[in-house]
Amino acid sequence: MLRIALKMLFGDSAKFYGILLGLTFATLLITQQAAIFVGLMSRTYALIEETPQADLWVTDPTMQFVDDTKPMQVTALDRVRSVSGIEWASPLFKGLLVAKLPNGGRQICDVIGVDDATLIGVPAIMLQGKVEDLRKTDAVFIESRGAAKQLLQPLTADKNGPKRPMQVGDELELNERRAIIAGIAETRPSFQNVPTIYTTYLRAVGFAPANRRTLSLILVKALPGQNLLELQTRIQAQTGLTAYTPAEFSWKTLDYWMTQTGIPINFGMAIALGFLVGVAIAGQMFYNFTLDNLRYFGAMKAMGATSRQLLQMVAVQGLAAGVLGLGLGLGATALFGLMIPGDRLAFKLTWHLPIISTIAVIIIVLGASSLSIWKVIRLDPKEVFSG
Amino acid sequence: MSGEQAIFCEGITKTYGEGEAAVKALRGIDFTAEFGEIVALVGPSGCGKTTLISIFAAILSRSSGALRLAGVDPDAMTNQERTLFRREKVGFIFQQFNLVPQISVVENVAIPLLLRGENRTESLDRAEKLLIEVGLHNRAQSRPAKLSGGQQQRVAIARSLIHEPSILVCDEPTSALDGATGQRVMELIREQGRRPDRLVVLVTHDERIYHFADRIAHVDDGLITRIVTSDVELAALQAAAFEKGKIK
Repeated sequence: MLRIALKMLFGDSAKFYGILLGLTFATLLITQQAAIFVGLMSRTYALIEETPQADLWVTDPTMQFVDDTKPMQVTALDRVRSVSGIEWASPLFKGLLVAKLPNGGRQICDVIGVDDATLIGVPAIMLQGKVEDLRKTDAVFIESRGAAKQLLQPLTADKNGPKRPMQVGDELELNERRAIIAGIAETRPSFQNVPTIYTTYLRAVGFAPANRRTLSLILVKALPGQNLLELQTRIQAQTGLTAYTPAEFSWKTLDYWMTQTGIPINFGMAIALGFLVGVAIAGQMFYNFTLDNLRYFGAMKAMGATSRQLLQMVAVQGLAAGVLGLGLGLGATALFGLMIPGDRLAFKLTWHLPIISTIAVIIIVLGASSLSIWKVIRLDPKEVFSG
Repeated sequence: MSGEQAIFCEGITKTYGEGEAAVKALRGIDFTAEFGEIVALVGPSGCGKTTLISIFAAILSRSSGALRLAGVDPDAMTNQERTLFRREKVGFIFQQFNLVPQISVVENVAIPLLLRGENRTESLDRAEKLLIEVGLHNRAQSRPAKLSGGQQQRVAIARSLIHEPSILVCDEPTSALDGATGQRVMELIREQGRRPDRLVVLVTHDERIYHFADRIAHVDDGLITRIVTSDVELAALQAAAFEKGKIK
């Protein structure tokens, strides 16, 4: 009878495609919006993931997220280095500075200053130039997206004429000081969507307006075998600073954006809309499909179909529609993700999202099936007689 | 089945609702029917025919009175047992055919066997054989909507007989059909349906098919008021129908 149930579903092509379209569209909306949300949120802690060498990130205790720089005194670095169990501790400068371009234009850039000695914190993937090139006079690296979009250079004297991406050898000014592009790096897009400039710590401090406190973050590598939790506690106790593991710091950053901004609500509404579309279109159509077939279910009930058999028939119809709609919706979402370049639209389809969509589709299908099953189970077979 | 009555009922009543709103649909039905018979229940709309046939089909419970269908009391069974009783013992022919439109004719015929969990291939084979008997073998793979009303009712007849029921319940089997087609459908029910171990119960308004019945029970206001049994009386009813111009 289950095969007959499926044929009943597939045979009513108008309703079947309507149900399928509703579920596919709902899955697409839910998964795609959730993937963009996850992609966007993961950009907020891109710097932390781009710097895998550090076991701990030491910050001012009042810092709320990775971009919320609360500069510390330079002496903080020595205090951290004096804590036992540390292999190395590197300074990191992070700040937004205005870059003056050769064409006279100005562009806010995120300047990262890495340890002069070790260059820890420089992007791992260099498209042009070598990591060591950062040691050259006035050298800076820029990331490829910024070079190709916000830091374009005019090809001719006409500032409004054709432009080319910034490349190695080009110059720009940061706080009236010359900076020479020594390399182009590939990095993950950041949440702020401004070009990122990498240079050495001391050079970055020089680029920044004069300030007594210039140390944004301290990267710490623990000695092999060191218990990180104990090391964190020691750093906090001995320096008064806060030490986070990369995961903790990422979560803290994520938590800030989740709780202090309206982003989750906006995306939540879009996801809820997708769910409602599923309920409104697919759920309603599935229920109507059952109502249309009620007299046949009634005839089968008269002929001796048990409630269990009828329940199984409706359930297998709901399951088939759900599986197909979910599959098509997830496929469409994946296709969407492949077609949109990663730097244009934040899109991150993690393994959690299909599970969330599956649960949403199960709820939609279960809801619609339950109503349908209730209708079928309560059906009085006497109704099939003409009366 | 020998010695056992197909239907035995005595003082059957059926009341819908309670208190002031109570409606007495049956007010004391006494009726027996033997296997091998074709019995017609006739009467005006609202007289209680549908309620009575629903009780005879073990779909509806009586309010009071004694009832035995093929030797058993359906009201002594649980709902599940009654469902299984219908599955085994009762065949149905509906006025509106109730063929599932999305599946083939042969699958529609096989439904009673598939409901019993019988092997699908064997069920479809048996359904095909029955379709030969009702003259629709060449339409086995068609969808019901591709068939005429008469052909659809022939499919419904095949479906009602495939599991060899003891009681065949036919609810207005000809009222959705024209006169000639209705006659052919009734001939088929008589040819295929009548067996020494089967009772055919027919509910109809259609006087043109009275002559297919061995007995006609007139139901009126919840009671069986008259049972026509003799050929003479049947012929008189037939003649009256002719006079009304209902049989050409």
